[in-house]
Amino acid sequence: MSDTTGTESLTPKNRRTKNPVLSNRALILIFRFRTLIVLLFLTIIFGYLSPVYLTTENLIIMSKHVAINAIIAVGMTFVILTGGIDLSVGSIVGLTAMISGGLIAEGLVLKFAGVAVFFQAFVVILIGLLLGALVGYFNGILITKLNVTPFIATLGTLYMARGFAQIRSNGNTFPNLSGNPVLNNTGFEILGGGRLLGVPIPIWIMMAFFLLAVYVASKTPFGRHTYAIGGNDRAAQLSGIPVNRVKIFVYIISGFCAAMAGLIIASELQAAHPATGTSYELNAIAAVVLGGTSLAGGRGTIAGSILGAFVIGFLSDGLVILGVSSFWQTVIKGAVIVVAVILDELQQRLQRRQALQMMEEGMRKEVIA
Amino acid sequence: MKPELAEITSVQNDDIILETRNMSKVFPGTLALDKVNFQIHRGKVNILVGENGAGKSTLMNILAGVHQPTHGEILMDGRKIELRSPSEAIKHGIGIIHQELNLFSNMSVIDNIFAGREIRNRFGGVDYKKEEEITRQLLNRLEESIDPATLVGDLRVGQQQLVEIARALSEDIRILIMDEPTSALSIKEVDVLFRVIRELLMQGVSIIYISHKLEELLQIAEYITVLRDGKVVASKRAENIDVNWIIEKMVGRRQEAFYIREDHEISDILLEVRNLNLKHPTLSNRFLVDDVSFNLHSGEILGIYGLMGAGRTELLECLMGRQTDVEGNILLNKRRIETQTIGRRIKEGLALVPEDRQRDGIVQSLSTAKNMTLASLISYFKGIALSNSKERADVEKKINDLSIVVADPEQEIISLSGGNQQKVVVAKALLTSPKVLLLDEPTRGIDVGAKREIYKLVSDLALSGYGIIFVSSELGEVLAMSDRILVMCKGKITQEYSRLEATEEKLVQASAV
Repeated sequence: MSDTTGTESLTPKNRRTKNPVLSNRALILIFRFRTLIVLLFLTIIFGYLSPVYLTTENLIIMSKHVAINAIIAVGMTFVILTGGIDLSVGSIVGLTAMISGGLIAEGLVLKFAGVAVFFQAFVVILIGLLLGALVGYFNGILITKLNVTPFIATLGTLYMARGFAQIRSNGNTFPNLSGNPVLNNTGFEILGGGRLLGVPIPIWIMMAFFLLAVYVASKTPFGRHTYAIGGNDRAAQLSGIPVNRVKIFVYIISGFCAAMAGLIIASELQAAHPATGTSYELNAIAAVVLGGTSLAGGRGTIAGSILGAFVIGFLSDGLVILGVSSFWQTVIKGAVIVVAVILDELQQRLQRRQALQMMEEGMRKEVIA
Repeated sequence: MKPELAEITSVQNDDIILETRNMSKVFPGTLALDKVNFQIHRGKVNILVGENGAGKSTLMNILAGVHQPTHGEILMDGRKIELRSPSEAIKHGIGIIHQELNLFSNMSVIDNIFAGREIRNRFGGVDYKKEEEITRQLLNRLEESIDPATLVGDLRVGQQQLVEIARALSEDIRILIMDEPTSALSIKEVDVLFRVIRELLMQGVSIIYISHKLEELLQIAEYITVLRDGKVVASKRAENIDVNWIIEKMVGRRQEAFYIREDHEISDILLEVRNLNLKHPTLSNRFLVDDVSFNLHSGEILGIYGLMGAGRTELLECLMGRQTDVEGNILLNKRRIETQTIGRRIKEGLALVPEDRQRDGIVQSLSTAKNMTLASLISYFKGIALSNSKERADVEKKINDLSIVVADPEQEIISLSGGNQQKVVVAKALLTSPKVLLLDEPTRGIDVGAKREIYKLVSDLALSGYGIIFVSSELGEVLAMSDRILVMCKGKITQEYSRLEATEEKLVQASAV
């Protein structure tokens, strides 16, 4: 009895050791595309359960929801690739919404002259983006020059930026951001509400950010430096990489992306509220982690983070359509993230095993040579 | 290589407390220990010497349960034992004082001594009173008037070493391993330590003592074992032996053919270093690099020999721009280098192959190819994107030139053997088109075959006109490869020898002044 079970359990083991590298490779391939597989799986399940889920219009609406998180996640990916974290993005979303909303609604009030200066909508958008980049720069300086750990530095900025967002309007909402033709500042609503070729502008922006980020990450020295710093910052430094400059720049990118998200939200709602973007940093981090980027840095892709954002967005919208209570949605979202990290750990272990096998094989070859 | 007969004198009526039999240890890419038979005599001082990388620390780590042997067995009092973890070693009464201090600098002396085996009071809490009392006794025994409540981080390095020793004394030990215990101690502290060692012997404790300070260790030596390249080359009673005997055994009569060095022409001065100073980060009147001046010619291999902590690595870091607050002048091709960042120094024509490959040399998460081009990426950035074809071509050329064994350049670098990883780091330095190459222990932790290839590479590079600084703590290679040798000790250059003048004895003497 015990003999038979013994041989049974041995056979598959033997088969595995016969060609371990190959079967590992297949597994690694499945693991690498796991976010995509999960996304397709979710879409099929929800499409089966609800007739409206797979309609073009619903897919467009859901993608528009995804766009906000995806854009923030793009910036967050660069930060996490260097081994850092940016907790301040949610507050940057709120601060940008309030500052640009205020500029549309009230203009820049110059008290000493007793006048208010109004800017055209696109100038307001540029100011908003610049503001996000500046907050990111501030984070970068704290982290590199003043040696504050990224978690604490951006936690501080999270509070400060949120505080300033509330101070701007004394906690009130700027209710109407459609602008005034007389002041020549109309058109802000196009950013979040407009469509181009039937596709909402936020989706176009998401695609543009995605393509640009993929290019920067894979085709420029800066992108390569980001990966190297996250992998081993001492070796990166000794290779002549300006580690501090690269780190500052990733926080600028992250702030810029968050500002874009804040502008889209304010434009879409036609209103700016000081609590806009609260806890968005967690959604962005979740998307990045779901996409297979290691929180330790050095490993991950932009495409993965975008897919991660789609998984989170399509999952929660699907649950809404099915009428699952929002409390259960939160539980399910949390469980998905935990499972994603466990899968990531499994992938790591597989790759390490494969690396070891390749090393042994290499040494054997060397001995023969 | 011709096998050399080990000089092993067996002594009658041996009382062996612990021994290893046919002990081998393989690390990825290297054979650290090769069938080592090491005997520890009861109640005696058993000295273990050997060059850096000879396998001493590996052997001790196996006895302390830190590493597991690949082959071979350990016998205690003639019975086979297994040491699967440090706590099992302690259970068998084996204690170790590590070369690198293993202390918690944020905790007090008491907490350090009792970390992991706190004395409990009746309620299960920590009995601080009793711990403090024992700590005081231990410190008294070492003639140290340190307050037991002091944070270890606030102590001098020498005092920290004594705390480490006190911790080992507080354990119920039968065998005490001391891995370079005196490296940071003053002469007075060494005397106290030797007195404590003699006390321990009288209590029946057996000592394994590792040191580079050869004259010092002769004061207490009773048995001596010499390791070289992972093998025991001599093991005998320490009677009528002197420093020269030890050095001869440590270095051995090397086969000249092992080193590859072609005649190369040495031309003009390439690099001039004038009065370089680097202050110790915490101690105000100590210097890590102390008024160092030298010249390097093109086509020259300049060896720098010294023991651990002599300031060799710091010197290279000063040249490379890693260290800030460096005083002094560096001239490359008669032009003073003003730039401060590492990136600029690379552009000026300096390139470093760092000592610690895993920590400073490679990015583990990147592929072989990406590691290789990491320092020269900007030269592949044509127009708006990195040119993959040019990058790929350069990588493949270097893989051929340096005969790096890798199936696919996109293979992760951690799947390569140590020697091949090192060649990738050298390739990375060469791709920056340097004029001066700074090689910091370039053959550390790689196997014999890979070492030869590195020697050939160094020789070829000198032939093609690079100026090469070759830092090494292996006497054999530094003597065989260098045109000129500087010896460093405590941050200073203590001697300079031409290739013809230099001998092992001279280098060893100048390295421990």
